[in-house]
Amino acid sequence: MLIARVIGDMVATQKHASHEGMKILLVQPLNLDGSDRGDAVVAFDAVDAGIGDQVLLATEGFSAMTSVGRPASPIDMSVIGVIDTIDLIDGLEWLGKAPAASTPEKSNKKSKREK
Amino acid sequence: MYLGRVIGNIWSTVKDERLTGQRLLVVQPLTPELKPTGKQLICTDAMGCGAGELIYWVKGKEACMPFLPTEVPVDTTIVGIVDEVHVDRNK
Repeated sequence: MLIARVIGDMVATQKHASHEGMKILLVQPLNLDGSDRGDAVVAFDAVDAGIGDQVLLATEGFSAMTSVGRPASPIDMSVIGVIDTIDLIDGLEWLGKAPAASTPEKSNKKSKREK
Repeated sequence: MYLGRVIGNIWSTVKDERLTGQRLLVVQPLTPELKPTGKQLICTDAMGCGAGELIYWVKGKEACMPFLPTEVPVDTTIVGIVDEVHVDRNK
């Protein structure tokens, strides 16, 4: 699974029958520092995510198919969660936000940062 | 699944017999801004799409799902023709 951001959506009328009624999202996978991780992909939406949301992206067939309830269909990506917060050990930056000022004694403690 | 554009096709006469009747298309992967990205590849066609069309394709074992119950030995298949793309990276 990957962290990603929803950057758009897509309309397709002619598509595989098992794709009927699915919301198609354009999703940009992200690194932990918030930079782009490769190219954006096309994914189905299992959780009603919207543009701008940070999401959890399943990038494998079985999990993608089962999350959208379409077994044995040609689906290899789906958005399976909307991310509220991510906790990282001090010293790492999440999505470009500066880490909270920490003294050396506190450096091993976890800090919580909002999205 | 990935965005792409059909830029050509492949003819092959000697091939796995389960590939008989399958169209093999050359696809250029695209970014959501419709700029070419990465290398071109060959996809089978589950939709009957034509040259120059904007499509999305699926990779991996799922690529043979549209052809079930025949287990076609392919790993990339076109599964949809794209009409519109909306992108907003700043939201």
